Amino acid sequence: MAEKRLRILVAKPGLDGHDRGAKIIARALRDGGFEVIYTGLHQTPEMIAEAAIQEDVDAVGLSILSGAHMTLFPEVIRLLKEKGADDVTIFGGGIIPDEDARKLAEMGVKAIFTPGASTEDIVKWVRENVHPRQ
Amino acid sequence: MTTKREWLEQTYKHAKERPVRFTTLSDLEVEPLYTPEDVKGSYDASLGYPGAFPYTRGVYESMYRGRLWTMRQFAGYGLAEDTNKRFRFLLSQGQDGLSTAFDMPTLMGYDADSERAIGEVGREGVSVSSVHDMQTLFDQIPIGRVSTSMTVNCSASVLLAAYLVVAERQGVPWEQVSGTIQNDMLKEYIAQKEWICPPAPALRIVTDMIEFCTKKVPRFHPVSISGYHIREAGATAVQELAFTIADGLCYVEDAVKRGLNVDDFAPRLSFFWDIHIDFLEEIAKLRAARRMWARLMKERFGAKNPRSMMLRTHAQTAGVSLTAQQPLNNVVRVALQALAGVLGGVQSMHTNSMDETLALPTEQAVMVALRTQQIIAEETGVANIIDPLGGSYAIEALTDKVEAEALEYIRKIDEMGGMLKAIERGYPQREIAEAAFRYQRQLEQGVKTVVGVNKFVVPEELPIEVLRIDPAIEERQVQRVRKMKRERNNMAVKEALKRVADACHSGENLMEPICEAVRREATVGEISDVFRSEFGVYTDPGWL
Repeated sequence: MAEKRLRILVAKPGLDGHDRGAKIIARALRDGGFEVIYTGLHQTPEMIAEAAIQEDVDAVGLSILSGAHMTLFPEVIRLLKEKGADDVTIFGGGIIPDEDARKLAEMGVKAIFTPGASTEDIVKWVRENVHPRQ
Repeated sequence: MTTKREWLEQTYKHAKERPVRFTTLSDLEVEPLYTPEDVKGSYDASLGYPGAFPYTRGVYESMYRGRLWTMRQFAGYGLAEDTNKRFRFLLSQGQDGLSTAFDMPTLMGYDADSERAIGEVGREGVSVSSVHDMQTLFDQIPIGRVSTSMTVNCSASVLLAAYLVVAERQGVPWEQVSGTIQNDMLKEYIAQKEWICPPAPALRIVTDMIEFCTKKVPRFHPVSISGYHIREAGATAVQELAFTIADGLCYVEDAVKRGLNVDDFAPRLSFFWDIHIDFLEEIAKLRAARRMWARLMKERFGAKNPRSMMLRTHAQTAGVSLTAQQPLNNVVRVALQALAGVLGGVQSMHTNSMDETLALPTEQAVMVALRTQQIIAEETGVANIIDPLGGSYAIEALTDKVEAEALEYIRKIDEMGGMLKAIERGYPQREIAEAAFRYQRQLEQGVKTVVGVNKFVVPEELPIEVLRIDPAIEERQVQRVRKMKRERNNMAVKEALKRVADACHSGENLMEPICEAVRREATVGEISDVFRSEFGVYTDPGWL
């Protein structure tokens, strides 16, 4: 039986336009065999949670380089929970200090990739850690 | 006499060569050696003297012997009073000009109290929602004597208006106000992605500002045509060069269509390049840019004033080249890039701080970055000779090569009907995304090397101190903006905003109505909302 392809939402919250990383990751995940939906820039947490539900994704990857990660990650997590989608795997990347990454992990962010992470590592992580939602 | 080809075939072929591809950072293949055979064109036509057409060797006759470049460090964070303090510190350390970094809400046309601003107030720059914040930002800084650069684009019209109103209040006539506002909207759609409305009305606002400054603020640079963000988004040096020059051509064409005389406004157009880590390629890029702009202005637009043909430029070392790993190494990268900028003949420069991949820079890191420029200027001796690398076979051959490849891109963009059309169909955006992806793959395959990232890696924890922005700043700024909105004359604000909206449709230059709205304490967000309602909102097509 053919396995269902995992669906990943690559999302770019916040007001900044740093989409180089998000687009590279989106392409690498697509090349890695996943269904990828890229939101484009300037998304609010509501827009991201809404897209995650609409697109019925298994994971959401947030790319944040604006320094607003401690506001945006928790808000996306809260909204997904509110919409009954707390089994969506959340991961992310950007300029995120270790201390903040530890706090985000406690809140349920499964992995944080910081500058220098390779697309290969990220694809491998998704393959091993994201599971289809029930 | 042995020709180069004979030498390559008879001698070089038998010499030892490392098993790598010899390419520039942008993936241009380079030859092992350049000789007089590689230098095409006559000296007069291709190079000439500095300060003379086509300005390949520099825009001024005496270059740095006459005046060193302006050392202009970009700064901004937190509340206006915090950045004001940093500005005054930089001026006291011998910096010549100011350069303002605004926070994301300000850059995107939102007030600090907007829902869209939550978590972002004062983080990546200073929060300026109204003329009051602008006044605090320049408190005790004489606007008539210090030139100020403001890095802002889609909300630039409002920020320029606020700056001019502060000048009025300091008693400085607009004719004496000097500085630069980035205001390069085309590259926003291409690379930096800060926008309010679609490209066509955005271009109209830029042209309004060019027209307004030409007539009312003649010492101000109304646009800084920027390659920086294009490069940082992943473009090659050739793409940066081509797309930036093509953006410039689009602005000139639009202003000429408006009925302006090219020689009245073109002398106030300036440029802004990225200085990346490939030393020779970057020097070649800067030299090629000057020659291309001079020729295009003369041939395409019939410019007669030499100042219309001079590509004067600011430059910044490449933020994207810095690494979070072993961050002290960044000091070396920045120094080499700054040296390339100087050898490339820039007019002003920002050197990045070593900790900028981690957070906004600390004061100590900023000091090292500024000192880097001062060491190049005062100790190395490179500023004593004009265009000291001119005539190097390699530099001249590379200059010709990046120029030829960039002209090919410009030809394609012309065929599409110019840059506005090319942007609307996503052409430069896709080219850059493609180049960024290709480079990332090369990095991961080890074809390209970044020390500390894919070679010479050591295990490490975050080793240096980083600047943290106090979250209480946001709440203070939100309260301040709300209080101002309660206490001002809201009828007067409403009237002024109506006049801005009318000008959006009547075609009247927007700047006078915007200045009046700002005087009456209308905010960045409110005036941007007028653009949103009158011109429509642009959303990211999300091209991969």
